[in-house]
Amino acid sequence: MASYSTNEFRSGLKVLLDGDPCVILDNEFVKPGKGQAFNRVKLRNLNNNRVWERTFKSGESLEAADVVEQDMEYLYTDGEFWHFMATDGSFEQHPADEKAVADALKWLKEQDIYTVTLYNGAPLSVTPPNFVELEVVETDPGMKGDTAQGGSKPATLSTGAVVNVPLFITIGEVLKVDTRTGEYVNRVKSS
Amino acid sequence: MTANERWQPTASLADLQARALQLAYLRDFFARRGVLEVETPVLGRHGVTDLNLDSIAARFAPIAGDSCDQGWLQTSPEYHMKRLLAAGSGSIFQVFRAFRSGERGHRHNPEFSLLEWYRPGFTDQQLMAEVADLVCGWLGCSRPGVLSYRDAMQRHAGIDPFTVADEVLVQRCGAWVGESLAASLDRDTLLELVMSHQVEVALAEESPTFIHQYPASQAALARISQVDGVAVAHRFELYIGGLELCNGYWELTDADEQRARFEADNRARLAQGKPAMPVDEELLAALSAGLPDCAGVALGLDRLLMLKQGRDAIDDVVAFPLERA
Repeated sequence: MASYSTNEFRSGLKVLLDGDPCVILDNEFVKPGKGQAFNRVKLRNLNNNRVWERTFKSGESLEAADVVEQDMEYLYTDGEFWHFMATDGSFEQHPADEKAVADALKWLKEQDIYTVTLYNGAPLSVTPPNFVELEVVETDPGMKGDTAQGGSKPATLSTGAVVNVPLFITIGEVLKVDTRTGEYVNRVKSS
Repeated sequence: MTANERWQPTASLADLQARALQLAYLRDFFARRGVLEVETPVLGRHGVTDLNLDSIAARFAPIAGDSCDQGWLQTSPEYHMKRLLAAGSGSIFQVFRAFRSGERGHRHNPEFSLLEWYRPGFTDQQLMAEVADLVCGWLGCSRPGVLSYRDAMQRHAGIDPFTVADEVLVQRCGAWVGESLAASLDRDTLLELVMSHQVEVALAEESPTFIHQYPASQAALARISQVDGVAVAHRFELYIGGLELCNGYWELTDADEQRARFEADNRARLAQGKPAMPVDEELLAALSAGLPDCAGVALGLDRLLMLKQGRDAIDDVVAFPLERA
């Protein structure tokens, strides 16, 4: 496996630190007084998403981590694994466990495309697209005419996600939702 | 990034105008005090022996009667300026473009602007007062407080740098650099890590502060004396807003001591797999001829401008950093 020296560290680079795959967020060159040079590096541990700060001697190197991001279509779940298929024409399938799916679970819709991060060929995490379109399966009755402003109410979507929506939304409508904030964006169409 | 994006400067026109004003201010400051502006070579035959400074090599066609075909871009104008002092120049200053290989980051560019000046007859204390005049006159900041290295470490890191056990330093630094690397570092490097990870961070929140009386082992080119039973270097640095702005010495004038430090530097370089640098014999000859008692200081002008303009990155105040140069 390749390795990277501190002067090659840049944000987005995937490296192995203490056996864990990490992505570099920030690399700052420091040189205290008349002393030797160091690089203060911020990394996110891809196993637990925790952010680390670590200082390296300038010129030190880290092994590259075999981490790739790939677009995959979500197929189905067997209760234990969530199965994804590569969209690059290989039809390769990858089972992701609950830890890998994590927060993406509530946005998973069959046949939609997700970004799956593979570490040594196995799914490490699943990232939904920034926006998804999902159907409302449960919400209090809509109040017609009250389209201007005013309150909001919870609505349950087909994937089980619950989002706050305007009062006029009714069951069966398809909504566009921002997965980063979990917020309602707009109606896609009325059924 | 393509050439079409890269051709533009990284600094705004307002910041470049402030740079010009800063130069005018500095020249006026020294003119009023009778300090002579000088220019010394950027390209010299000698680099520096300092373990932590790497010079950039330059090749050139030999000139008639001289086989030398390689020199070094100077990391500071110090040696040439000391030769002028030995030749009787009196007080001198220089705005110098210095080069340090590999130093690139938020606050570093391998080519940078340095103000260096020397005051015969001054002690480090007197020169600190003059640095404060110059910096505060330009930035309009409060006059810096003064903290000894020992007090700064005790106050902000909770350790006495002269008595703390090596194991305590290794353990403390292990949390930042990993245990195996910490165990391999020498005591001064461990202290520098504490300085940068704890003291500098704390100083960023304080008003401008001089740190002085460094451990003798971090003396570089400063003379040494005993304070409170420990050997300290007459060396000072100024911190403003967490930025390390200058480094000054009450200068060593003893040629034999200087030669011994150069040779110790080269042994340390070889031990770390770096090439030994030829010792600057002309400097040593000048010291032997007699360097007047003096204090000298080097101050980073890009950083001074960052403070003046409230900028966070050196790229904000330099027209073309290395990637665009």
